[in-house]
Amino acid sequence: METLTFKKGVHPSYNKELTEDRPVVELLPKEKAVFLMQQHTGAICQPIVKKGDRVLAGQMIADAVASISAPIHSSISGVVCDITEIPYTMGTSVPAIIIENDHEYKQAEPMHEQCNYWELSRENIIDIIHEAGIVGMGGAAFPTYIKLSPSNYEEIHSIILNGCECEPYITCDHKLMLDGAKKIVEGLNIMLHLFPNAKGYIGIEDNKMDAILAMQEAIDAVGVSSKIEVKILETKYPQGSEKQLISAILNREVPTGRLPADIGCIVQNVGTAYAIYEAVVEGKPLISRIVTVTGGAISHPQDFLVRVGTSFQELIDAAGGFTERPTKIISGGPMMGVTMPNTNVPITKATTAVLCLLKEETCIPDESNCIRCGRCVRACPMNLLPLYLDQFGRRGDIDRFKSINGTSCIECGCCAYVCPAHLRIVNTIRNAKREIRNNNNVKKVI
Amino acid sequence: MTDNQFIEASSPHIHESASTKAIMLDVIIALIPALIASVVFFKIRALIIVVLSVVSCVLSELLWQKIFRQQSTIDDLSAVVTGILLAFTLPPTVPYYIPVVGGIFAIIIVKQIFGGIGKNFLNPALASRAFLMATWPAVMSKWTLDGVSTATPLELLKGASGNVPPIWQLFIGCTAGSVGETSALALIIGAVYLIYRKIITWEIPVAYVGTVFLLTLLFNDTATPFICASYQILTGGLLLGAIYMATDYTTSPVTKKGKYIMGIGCGILTCLLRTKGQMPEGVCYSILIMNLFVPMIERHTVPKTFGEVR
Repeated sequence: METLTFKKGVHPSYNKELTEDRPVVELLPKEKAVFLMQQHTGAICQPIVKKGDRVLAGQMIADAVASISAPIHSSISGVVCDITEIPYTMGTSVPAIIIENDHEYKQAEPMHEQCNYWELSRENIIDIIHEAGIVGMGGAAFPTYIKLSPSNYEEIHSIILNGCECEPYITCDHKLMLDGAKKIVEGLNIMLHLFPNAKGYIGIEDNKMDAILAMQEAIDAVGVSSKIEVKILETKYPQGSEKQLISAILNREVPTGRLPADIGCIVQNVGTAYAIYEAVVEGKPLISRIVTVTGGAISHPQDFLVRVGTSFQELIDAAGGFTERPTKIISGGPMMGVTMPNTNVPITKATTAVLCLLKEETCIPDESNCIRCGRCVRACPMNLLPLYLDQFGRRGDIDRFKSINGTSCIECGCCAYVCPAHLRIVNTIRNAKREIRNNNNVKKVI
Repeated sequence: MTDNQFIEASSPHIHESASTKAIMLDVIIALIPALIASVVFFKIRALIIVVLSVVSCVLSELLWQKIFRQQSTIDDLSAVVTGILLAFTLPPTVPYYIPVVGGIFAIIIVKQIFGGIGKNFLNPALASRAFLMATWPAVMSKWTLDGVSTATPLELLKGASGNVPPIWQLFIGCTAGSVGETSALALIIGAVYLIYRKIITWEIPVAYVGTVFLLTLLFNDTATPFICASYQILTGGLLLGAIYMATDYTTSPVTKKGKYIMGIGCGILTCLLRTKGQMPEGVCYSILIMNLFVPMIERHTVPKTFGEVR
């Protein structure tokens, strides 16, 4: 089969061999589990339990108050011991519910009886997905039920499952495709049931041939080969970016400022499809996931099946601890992940990896002048001129920043990755975009 | 350990091992064949001119940055590249003060005053050569080969007395001319290296040389237009300019379309200056003129953003 891809992008060292051949190990939290009230893109959740309450595994502990949000469930049984704010990435702090583990893992009643999803209505399924707290599990954590509720649902022609895992170091989706292929295919089939005119695609990079085979076997086993197709993609970053993935598989561009659904596409991570299956068929809310614990600082890099709320430190300990003190602790991959101030932060629904990088892996030298080599221009998958976005952003020239479509930047990091002057281009662009957003909000208020 | 803070920073957290210094080092490596050719044809004098020019450039940059208390950038090797390129544009007969003065002018006046690396709007080596041409015209147009005064092939093509050397001799570089410009073979080896290492892209050199070739082919009244066009691209500083000067990062467009315009523009100007101008050569001024258009070219060749509806 031919290998598909998008235009431009970069080829970083993947370093997936650190965990690739090691099996997934299940890890249970120790004394406590910490549940952040914001594990998704959108509005923060409100606790619906209070200090001293007993909770069961799978019980809803915080609910969405706004439309773009997703409820949160406890992953363990125990007692709510505190509701407080904990320090999180880049100087922010996030409210959290802390639950003391009774180590009994008493399950709450399933959300509903085991059922055959063909008998459920569209609204029913979307309600289940909402209630199960499912969010995009590839890292961006957008609430899934919203993505599955476009107004033009009859016009949706393609549901693409994202199994690219283009970020270096991470192998959690790879493992899930090997171990849970059938559930992923069933999850996609549930989504196809929601969109009568859609065909399913599963996009996987060609550095995971075993996952490609496993998914193909599962498609045949479930008997859906007439409507679901595996697409082999070139191993290139950012292949797993939503717009780039659509471009690779369907050769279509999502217009600026529009959503994939506007051109009839919906992209979901393979982990999300797995969670949809568990919620709809087994009545289980989203309370666990696979996390890759890796990086040069980790003694024994490994993928773990963990419950949401487990602390980074417990995962690091389970992976043999540090060989050497890392410089950065990153939630997610090295290209788009976010740094964490300490290792007490918990796993969320969207944590793909705990990446502990040594100085020599992550240390980026000082910035020097842009020499206009054009490497960023040749790398940018959005076909932007990053050197100018950086220049205008630093100068505060927001009008010119907008005039060359700076707001289209997907912050994939290709430009900064290749820059020989080591300019923090993405950082500048992010700040400029934030300023534009704030200005727009001010305008709305006035 | 869990209470200890770790470094927090914006993504991406990894970096390709590229640096300005590594790029400049590749350019220097690409210039070595031409340097060897220059020593073969113009003997030790060529090497002395190159060394003087490089030392002058590096010391000028070092001194400027010391005086103005700026962080030193000499270890990015860009001043070394400027020094070699400047020397390559000089006749091998020039007195030794020429490369020294040229180096100072290139670095101080053209590069540092405008903000140093990445900020100059003219190619330092070429702007300096233009300055030297205007100031010392006599010493800047005295040519020899094997110790004998002779006209350059370009001058011969334009009607100076003497026989034009055969094409293979031009290709090898055994002709009168500037220190580093004569050997087409050596320059092309360097070009292949630069393109292979992705330091430069093919657009500007190919568009430039192609334009000169095509224009000469179309507009000449000789019986052998093909040979005439081949002579035009193998003589003078065309290959040196097209490969190493018109592609200078700072003073050439970053957009693909812009690169074509840069190359074609340089080609048209070179043909005009070579045929209508008083001087035999036009590469230097063509590139300098096109340098001035780079901001405008870039503004008008912004590529269509992914998903943009125009």
